[in-house]
Amino acid sequence: MISLEWVQDYIDISDQDLRELAVKITKAGINIEKIISNDIKNLVIGEIVKCENHPDSDHLHVCDVNIGNKVIQIVCGAPNVRDGLKVIVSLPGAILPGNFEIKKSKIRGVESNGMICALFELGLEEKTEENYNKGIHELDSEAPVGEDPIKYLGLNQTLYELDIHKHRNNDCYYHIGFAYEIGAILNRKVILPKDDYKEDKDSIKKYFELKVETDKCPYYLAKMVKNITIKESPEFIKKRLIAAGMRPINNVVDISNYVMLEYGQPTHFFDKDKLGNKILVRNAKDNESVITLDGKKRVLNSNDIVITDGNKPVCIAGIMGGENTEVDENTKTILIESAIFDAVSIRNTANRLDLKSEASIRYGKGLNYEYTEKAINRACHLLEKYADATILSDSVNYDKIDKTLKHVIFKSEEVNKILGINISEDDMKVELNRLGFDFTLNDDKFDVIIPNRRLDIDPYVNDIAEEIGRLYGYHNLVSTLPKVGIRRGKYIGDVKYRKIISKRLRSLGLNEVKSYTLVSPNMANSFNYRNKSQIALPNPMSIDKSVIRTTLLPSLYNVYQYNKSRKINDVLIYEISKTYDKDYNEESLISGLLTGNYLSNGWTIPTKVDFYLVKGIVEDILNYMGFKNRYSFERLNDSNFHPGISAKVLLDKKEIGIIGRIHPKISKDEVYVFEISLNELMKSVKALKFKAANIYPSMEKDMAFIIDKNLESINIVNEIKKLGGKILKEVNVFDVYMGDKLDNDKKSIAYNLLFEDDSKTLTEDEVMKVFNNIIEGIEKKFNAILRDK
Amino acid sequence: MYNKELQNLLEEVNKCFENINSLKDLEELHTFYMGKNGKITQINQLIKEVPNEEKREFGMKVNEIRTIFNESYENKKNSFLDEELNKKLINEAIDITLPATKISIGAPNILEKLIETVEEVFMSMGYDVVDGPEIEEDKFNFEMLNIPKGHPARDAQDTFYIEGEELLLRSQTSPVQVRTMLEGKGEVPIRMICPGKTYRRDDDDATHSHQFMQIEGLLVDKNISLSDLKGTIDVIVKKLFGESIETRFRPSYYQFTEPSVEVDISCFNCKGEGCNICKNTGWITVAGAGVVHPNVLKMSGYDPEEWSGFAFGFGAERMAMLKYGINDIRAFYNTDLRESRPFDREEVE
Repeated sequence: MISLEWVQDYIDISDQDLRELAVKITKAGINIEKIISNDIKNLVIGEIVKCENHPDSDHLHVCDVNIGNKVIQIVCGAPNVRDGLKVIVSLPGAILPGNFEIKKSKIRGVESNGMICALFELGLEEKTEENYNKGIHELDSEAPVGEDPIKYLGLNQTLYELDIHKHRNNDCYYHIGFAYEIGAILNRKVILPKDDYKEDKDSIKKYFELKVETDKCPYYLAKMVKNITIKESPEFIKKRLIAAGMRPINNVVDISNYVMLEYGQPTHFFDKDKLGNKILVRNAKDNESVITLDGKKRVLNSNDIVITDGNKPVCIAGIMGGENTEVDENTKTILIESAIFDAVSIRNTANRLDLKSEASIRYGKGLNYEYTEKAINRACHLLEKYADATILSDSVNYDKIDKTLKHVIFKSEEVNKILGINISEDDMKVELNRLGFDFTLNDDKFDVIIPNRRLDIDPYVNDIAEEIGRLYGYHNLVSTLPKVGIRRGKYIGDVKYRKIISKRLRSLGLNEVKSYTLVSPNMANSFNYRNKSQIALPNPMSIDKSVIRTTLLPSLYNVYQYNKSRKINDVLIYEISKTYDKDYNEESLISGLLTGNYLSNGWTIPTKVDFYLVKGIVEDILNYMGFKNRYSFERLNDSNFHPGISAKVLLDKKEIGIIGRIHPKISKDEVYVFEISLNELMKSVKALKFKAANIYPSMEKDMAFIIDKNLESINIVNEIKKLGGKILKEVNVFDVYMGDKLDNDKKSIAYNLLFEDDSKTLTEDEVMKVFNNIIEGIEKKFNAILRDK
Repeated sequence: MYNKELQNLLEEVNKCFENINSLKDLEELHTFYMGKNGKITQINQLIKEVPNEEKREFGMKVNEIRTIFNESYENKKNSFLDEELNKKLINEAIDITLPATKISIGAPNILEKLIETVEEVFMSMGYDVVDGPEIEEDKFNFEMLNIPKGHPARDAQDTFYIEGEELLLRSQTSPVQVRTMLEGKGEVPIRMICPGKTYRRDDDDATHSHQFMQIEGLLVDKNISLSDLKGTIDVIVKKLFGESIETRFRPSYYQFTEPSVEVDISCFNCKGEGCNICKNTGWITVAGAGVVHPNVLKMSGYDPEEWSGFAFGFGAERMAMLKYGINDIRAFYNTDLRESRPFDREEVE
């Protein structure tokens, strides 16, 4: 939260429309989320010209109030209301904080045309019992009747609520830093606040010894002040702290906060009398504890930094002070600390202790060491002025900070090249001046020194380009296309296979699903037909998302159930995703789930999903990828699947997946799934090539055998192929029979054989010779009986 | 001679079809006149008795009668057959208003639909589509992107760690930038996009998802500027949201780009008037982008003195939600088939 009235102290923006300014600032990169203004419409300064007791009440008064253009009647209950008083009047239509709208009304039968207000009712003061008891606000007798009272009081405030990117939240979170940002945008100079004070002859060195025994505190500066008077802060400090969302406490605490909001540098005030004569900054010891200002006991460890009095901790560095050295109403002497601590350490400690203080937030972002001294001097200046403090001469300090200046050396054309713009060297100079960056220019080379307050800027020309670019205005960039060679992009690696197979599955009618990689342990272990061990996250958000899946089937089953519960019965889905097992092996899987009808119209016999349909889809993918004649199917034995209706898919005899009906114990509905490894299919697909059809006529012959029911057809087919030789082109099943006409343990399968020769017309004799040979072979090998031809 | 008979027969033949009402009667009639003992056949036998000089005329007359009969017979027969066929076809009539057999191709996941559209545009501009592992090493996900250990940018990403800080579920697709550059060995220009799954510790609700998809893009070449990035983004947003869409860059911050920008597009819904979608600003933020940080180039083997480039990242869910009017991010991952099925087609401009 930035108060513009406050910023005005450091840069002249009196001529600015604050809404337009907000737009300019936002365009240059600091996003102003909200403009908050305490303008309240329908407020006027009024003069009470008549004040009488309410006829029907012992504490209400009926007043005639002159508001400039007329006199109106208002009922008022404040104890201090009286004749001749100048007051703040809210007229009907005024909306007070809390969305309280003033309306004309009758109070105990008497008409009231507005409300006479206290400052807290307008949100200009805290609502305390004390303020409540003060009653309505009394304006001085000079107050001009009919004018805006907030303006007259100088209390009109505009606040910017900022949403700033992490890299700027150290220099734009405090008022002086924000003033520099406005300075760059408007090309105006920033004036720093007064930080002078008188120094006493007495030196801090007499009283204090400083020792730093940790590398996490590169800079520590302390001053001492005495004879302070603890009292209420002056109005402007209270007002500004309230505006910035902080509660005024007393002058000393308020000054510490005030300076922090000016320079971004937290200072810590120790009660010197409680502290003693020594400061030792060191890493905390494991299990060391301290009671912080909020009264809570904090247990520390060796990663934390503590301020100690030589023995015991008196402050968790950069986070919160200890109760044992707290400034209270009796405090007379103060030690002021202004230091730099390791940002990462502060963040870690604050996170671990769950203690985010105003200080820890700022230390956690990193601070500009130059402001430690500015802040401490400013605090002394204010303490002298508003707490009657006497400032001891000298300071104690520890200084191991790296003061190397950040230089960037570049030519203006480099910046132009990065941005794709064309600004001249002279304009570049102007921009750098606006930013407040010191530079020299030699032989068209700029040598820029990055100011320390801009911790976000690294010494690269790109960083300079960003600064120039944002002031130049990104909206002024002209769209161009990169001047690069012409080519068409490609799908690379596994993406290519995923895309090809995905499109093929879609063309076969399956719908694509994307589901979550993280599943529950239960889900991960259902359908774990490969007995894979999974990766479990060490710190999951919830048990539901704690394990990395090794199969997609449970996820597809979930999608099926989701749809089923929505009365969608025909579910044809697939997913292709990566899986990881415990040993971090990555495997992309192609999985499908099918249930219900594949083709239907609702009123004739549909083509239902069955094992052979799913097998057909799997075969289509394998054929499509060029694996014709290289795959086979073997019976699968797994408790997740129907023992008689499931199969392993083998490619070159190696198992690459499964097909099957989900075990009826898991799903009563006939649900079929398949899952095959994409990794095994990632071979390049053969180029398309035309092959002329055979011009010689083919010949078809049928044969049917009665065989054992358990004998799988593939055995017969393989034998037929073996015996059929070169002229046998195809073997197709055209009938399977089991039933009354056969023994219980028998079945009959009929095959259609296609004979063809590429170089001549086959004769009946040639074919019959082979045909008979096949029959004889099958009968012998499988104890098969040839059925009537 | 026989003129009378011929005359009578002709008249008879002309009339004989009048009462024929069935194919059976017609065939009987045919036999009656044209059969072995049929009347016309019979009369032709008489030619033997006709004097030679009249034979020719007799023959012609008989032929004429035969032709007349045959023509009428054929006509009649055809009309009977037609009638019969028509009757049969009318019987075969179906109720053409009964429901059709549903044939359809499957639909892509809605996110995939959007991604395919984006891929098409970028491939046409020479970008390859690549992917990388979802379990990533810290060095690719953070360190080589200029985000060292302890950097606050790490906290913001709320990463799912798997082993200490070394192995994680990638919190962004940006590690694929690093992997691609390392493969390029600092020698070849790069144009790639990577649409991929990413993971962050977010509670799932209508607008948050612990798993989401980013569309990462990277171009590394010579003399590449922020303006080139703007032109490139223009192409894709116009393709997705319409030719009238404008792009606006706002200064932003990412560790791996410098300068960094936030990409806003003019609101396609209200055309800048202000509406719910653009929260009354007229602009919608769709991506983060910027000029590749010289450190990132260097760490991945590209000499920043020689090479420059830009990178961008779109949120696939956000784009799809905007483009298709989806209010709940979970719609992408639950897959209600009634919602996803309509996405089985191409968009025709």
